[in-house]
Amino acid sequence: MNDRSRELKPFVPAPDDDMIICRCEEITKGEIRKAVHDGMFTLTEIRRYLRTGMGLCQGQTCTKLVKGIVARELGVKPSELGSATGRAPMRPIEMKILANDGGGKK
Amino acid sequence: MKCYELIVIGAGPAGLSAAIEAAKRGMSVVVYDENSKPGGQLFKQIHKFFGSKEHHAKVRGFRIGEELLEEASKQCVKVVLNATVIGIFPEKEVTVKIEDHVEHVKGDTILIATGASENMVTFPGWTLPGVIGAGAAQTMMNLHGILPGERVLMLGTGNVGLVVSFQLLQAGCEVVALADAAPRVGGYGVHAAKVARCGVPFYLSHTIISAEGNDHVTGVTIGEVDSNWQIIPNSEKHFDVDTICLAVGLSPMSKLCDMAGCEMEDSPAKAGFVPKVNEYGETSVSGIYAAGDVSGIEEASSAMIEGRIAGIAAAAKLGYITEEEGKKQITEQEEALNGLRQGMFAPGMRGQKITTTEEGIAISENLLSHGYVSDEEIDRFPGVTHKSGIHPVIECTQNIPCNPCQDACKMHCIKVGEHITSLPQVDPVGKCTGCGMCVASCSGQAIFLLNEDCGDGTAEITMPYEFLPLPEIGDKGTAWSRKGEPVCKAEVVSVKSIKAYDKTNLLTIKVPKEFAMKARFFRKEVLV
Repeated sequence: MNDRSRELKPFVPAPDDDMIICRCEEITKGEIRKAVHDGMFTLTEIRRYLRTGMGLCQGQTCTKLVKGIVARELGVKPSELGSATGRAPMRPIEMKILANDGGGKK
Repeated sequence: MKCYELIVIGAGPAGLSAAIEAAKRGMSVVVYDENSKPGGQLFKQIHKFFGSKEHHAKVRGFRIGEELLEEASKQCVKVVLNATVIGIFPEKEVTVKIEDHVEHVKGDTILIATGASENMVTFPGWTLPGVIGAGAAQTMMNLHGILPGERVLMLGTGNVGLVVSFQLLQAGCEVVALADAAPRVGGYGVHAAKVARCGVPFYLSHTIISAEGNDHVTGVTIGEVDSNWQIIPNSEKHFDVDTICLAVGLSPMSKLCDMAGCEMEDSPAKAGFVPKVNEYGETSVSGIYAAGDVSGIEEASSAMIEGRIAGIAAAAKLGYITEEEGKKQITEQEEALNGLRQGMFAPGMRGQKITTTEEGIAISENLLSHGYVSDEEIDRFPGVTHKSGIHPVIECTQNIPCNPCQDACKMHCIKVGEHITSLPQVDPVGKCTGCGMCVASCSGQAIFLLNEDCGDGTAEITMPYEFLPLPEIGDKGTAWSRKGEPVCKAEVVSVKSIKAYDKTNLLTIKVPKEFAMKARFFRKEVLV
């Protein structure tokens, strides 16, 4: 995926571009497709660029869908894409709880 | 910082089984689960499980969950609920959100048993309220006692789609149709058959075109797809529904494994992004294990065994048992696991087109394309025999690892034999007493007791019946065929519900004798 010289076919608008894919952050299929054409080739890049999978469900609903759309746009198999980096917190958490975390020292 | 010898993440079948095995061998174990109730998906499973005795066959899923919890508490396993693991860091440090604070704990070993999440498919209207996962529907019905809707369309004919469809019917919903983009039913034929005979039509090679409604689902349109998954023009069918259930597969929730630094792989056979594990469930990070759906989608019975293996392996790693003892105990579990991973639905069989059973009998094509075995096909299976007097008719037509019917018959009329996936055979000269234990023991509800000729032009059919309210003796109504169509008038002559049947009631109806091999379900409404 890191081959940035990859030639993509020109972006062609599709009738279902306005379909919401990431429900939590309300991101459409068209936005995801365009992001690929803007040079976002990995799921981590897509996530940072659009916030897909960064809402309440933390990508439990849309990860597989986003992956499929990006793979199709790049002309690769979804399994070649890998996944976005897993990092803490794994689940949504209130800021005050996170801020009070003393790192295990009491 | 608190330390445990094993930290288990996820109190489902895999996590609890591992915790029990580890604690039994002397380890200090904690289990964290983000939910308010333990058991993972087990407490939603109200149906009887398949398998053999050692796999808890014919026990309902939620009872297996209760047994696991009881055993865990006996072994002094600490189960912490409403505890969300939010990270795994080097040196096996785990952070858990409990109430309003984050706890840091350390484990000598960690088991990640976080399970899976439901897949979604997109179509115009898929974000409308009323479009839900089949698992979500099951949670609403079986855990919270809430009906997901009144009229439901189910997308997906895998075991989840079939089992949940049946449970929706049991809960009193109308299931208007089952659709699947694949050309063949994906789940067990017996699960399909019990839904089909209730009158639910199957639309294979069909997918959802759109959901209608403004602020909630009011209807759905499905259409037939060609071999390239494109909708065939003019194949649209519309249904008024308030709920669309999606049962289109599960994805492992493996992000914690990724974060812990485990080597991952994207495996279509395991249904997604999973940690690479060895035969003990250990990931590439020494002392971190993964078991259950998180390391490859299967079902609860295999998750429990994978959990046990990981628990034993962790005990061996920390020296609570010798390496040799560990290997021996794990081998026993592996044999049980291999027992489950056999037959037509084994993980290795995915995507293969099967045309005959292990016995060399042509499979029922109608079952795969319409959800029921046709009248022409049913007689070729070894569980279907005819004789005078009462006798079992076993409509089990696929090789699945399951044999409770064999043990259920005290008269030894039913034989599965050595090979657990073999189709059950009925001894043609066996002395059936009509006790009904086989009918109640069949997790697939595929066994019927027949008296094909009562001498007065009628036949009596005893069927498993799990709907409430129960019909009463003397009720007159209609017998339904395997296809789910009314075929003849029927009268209830017996209703039995004894404890040994475990809530599978036995309903006996009287029909004209020419319908003995056709009538397979009963409804009180007089339709013919």
